[in-house]
Amino acid sequence: MSDYIYDYDMPSKPYVWMGNEAMVEGALAAGCRFFAGYPITPQNEVPEKMSVRLPQLGGRFIQMEDEMGSISAIVGASFAGLKAMTSTSGPGFSLMQEVMSWAASIEVPMVVADVQRTGPGAGIVNLPHHSDIIQAHYGGNGEYPVIAYAPASCQELFDFAIDAFNDAETWRTPVVIFSDSLLGHIHEKVQVPPKEELEQRVIPRKLVTYEEDGVTPLPRNKYYTFTNFDRKTNTYKISIPPNIATDYFPEWLPAVTHSPQSLASEYQEAAELEVYTLNNKLNEEKIVKVQEYFTEDADVAIVCYGLPFRSALRAVKLAREEGIKAGLFRLVTVWPFARTAIRELSQKIKKLLVPEINLGQMVIWIEAAVEDGTTVKSIPAISRLHEPKELLDKIKEVVQ
Amino acid sequence: MQSLPPIPERPLHPYELVPYTGRKFAQAFHIFCRGCGYGAIGQLLCRVFKDDNLDETLYPFIVGVGCYSALPLILPGRSLMTPHGRTLAVATGIKLSNPKLTPICIAGDGDNLAIGTNHFVQACRRNIGIVLIMLHNNIYGMTGGQVSPTTPIGMYASTATYGYLEDEFDPVALALTAGATYVARWTTAHSRQFMKSVKKALQWKGLSFIDMVSQCPTYFGRNNDMAEPVDVFNWIKGNSITLEKAKGMSEDELKGKFVIGEFRESPRKELSEKYIELIEQVRSKVK
Repeated sequence: MSDYIYDYDMPSKPYVWMGNEAMVEGALAAGCRFFAGYPITPQNEVPEKMSVRLPQLGGRFIQMEDEMGSISAIVGASFAGLKAMTSTSGPGFSLMQEVMSWAASIEVPMVVADVQRTGPGAGIVNLPHHSDIIQAHYGGNGEYPVIAYAPASCQELFDFAIDAFNDAETWRTPVVIFSDSLLGHIHEKVQVPPKEELEQRVIPRKLVTYEEDGVTPLPRNKYYTFTNFDRKTNTYKISIPPNIATDYFPEWLPAVTHSPQSLASEYQEAAELEVYTLNNKLNEEKIVKVQEYFTEDADVAIVCYGLPFRSALRAVKLAREEGIKAGLFRLVTVWPFARTAIRELSQKIKKLLVPEINLGQMVIWIEAAVEDGTTVKSIPAISRLHEPKELLDKIKEVVQ
Repeated sequence: MQSLPPIPERPLHPYELVPYTGRKFAQAFHIFCRGCGYGAIGQLLCRVFKDDNLDETLYPFIVGVGCYSALPLILPGRSLMTPHGRTLAVATGIKLSNPKLTPICIAGDGDNLAIGTNHFVQACRRNIGIVLIMLHNNIYGMTGGQVSPTTPIGMYASTATYGYLEDEFDPVALALTAGATYVARWTTAHSRQFMKSVKKALQWKGLSFIDMVSQCPTYFGRNNDMAEPVDVFNWIKGNSITLEKAKGMSEDELKGKFVIGEFRESPRKELSEKYIELIEQVRSKVK
């Protein structure tokens, strides 16, 4: 059944790409073959490039009538067997929350890129602002899991797009890539790895399961459509995403509360089972990625994600030159929140600085995760990137 | 002594059962109200599949939110329930990704003409190969009988206790304007014609829209002095006028009537076909 051919066509060499372009190429390298989008600044280069590149790779591009339409279309495409993606910015992302909640509940593998801009309201279209960090996880109704990546360079946009698609396939949940107006528009060098390496990295869409003979599809009552909790081994088993063109699809895949076998239910027990299954199926140890720089002997550490990482790294290096023991802790995945890693960090370092391009959305989470006696200081910046000098001053302030 | 003739073997059931109710029916409980038209529509759709021996895997059902969300329990094949109003957007993704499939969207009047109107209009314009069957019962049945965009002016509903002030939507006119290539309207009183239309629509290349007027005795009937299902049924039947008859009537005479028939059959190139051609064209240039 494996007629899977890896057909990404960009030769392995360095390119100079705009952030949005790098993300598109990363998605295509990850096997994305369906894109539905709607124009909104500052993500317009994403659908533009997708409309050029997807037909070349045999994929499909469509510009839908609104953001609800584009995210709904990628749910359909994902169930029809293609890896699918959409991209948007803040106001469009709020519109998508309805379907995000649904997609998480029916466990559709898909990727949503959010090239963030200033809010609230329409805001300012060409200034960066990490406005949707909390919204990505808590924007829709109900409790559902989301995996979110926060890249900080064009190379990372390319690499994390691959990781995002891999996570979507592995964990069957919507994955968000947080870019922003600034990151989406800077031009940088992006090294495309050799085809063999990419092929190794990319997790293809798993195919329909068959009986032992390899021909007969599993009968409908023999497979689970959704993640089910195996009581014997005490683990969550994530099943293969169903494909609507095959027998491996339930008779009725409901949008309402359902059992792992896709039976709709109105009992409290079913809701409890679904909510716990959805949220506990993600193995945080395997998903959460963090990076630490100079934290072994540090007295003060900067905790950050996304673009402020670059300013912070510079600030920490400057501080080290001046003999201040500063460290840097970076959340590569914002969601699921790296609770354990932050707690362990706070056992070593008692002074934490949290620069964010917003009023402080993750600082609340960090404050909740640290050990007693740790001071957490938020460094908000509205619609601008922190200067390294500014962060250095804050480090000095805290150390004294 | 003469022996008695052997007793002929009796059938298990005195009546011959025709499995038109779909193979899932045995497991399902009855979900529609007494006299509702949706059960009949589900049965008619099963019949189309049975009569034409259609491959169920090629026609997935995409259902919206309304009483008919539970229709897949009796429908053949696979079905996906979507959030309110998003049936056509989801089906667009499916059709474009896998052009072999012909998704059958089942949406209600609230689903299709209120929250999802944009998707409806755009899908008609795109002419993407989807069969859209709109169940048109003049009311929001599942939520308790609120007015819908198709509630006739002056009629009563639970959010129009003093009579509805607004004019009703004509979905057929909207579909024609938006560019749907196959447009028909039937009512539950015209089941044979509906089946013929569905058979035609399943083979149609492009968006085919069937407006299916159905009765909701529980809410629409009860609020409008039509307590019995047959009263609502007769109200629909009495107000139905064929397209030929309607041609000779003035606009005032047609007010509040359901004009039934096939309004348009003019093929136009289908979107997923065009897209496949585009891919071939682009790829031949690259090589």
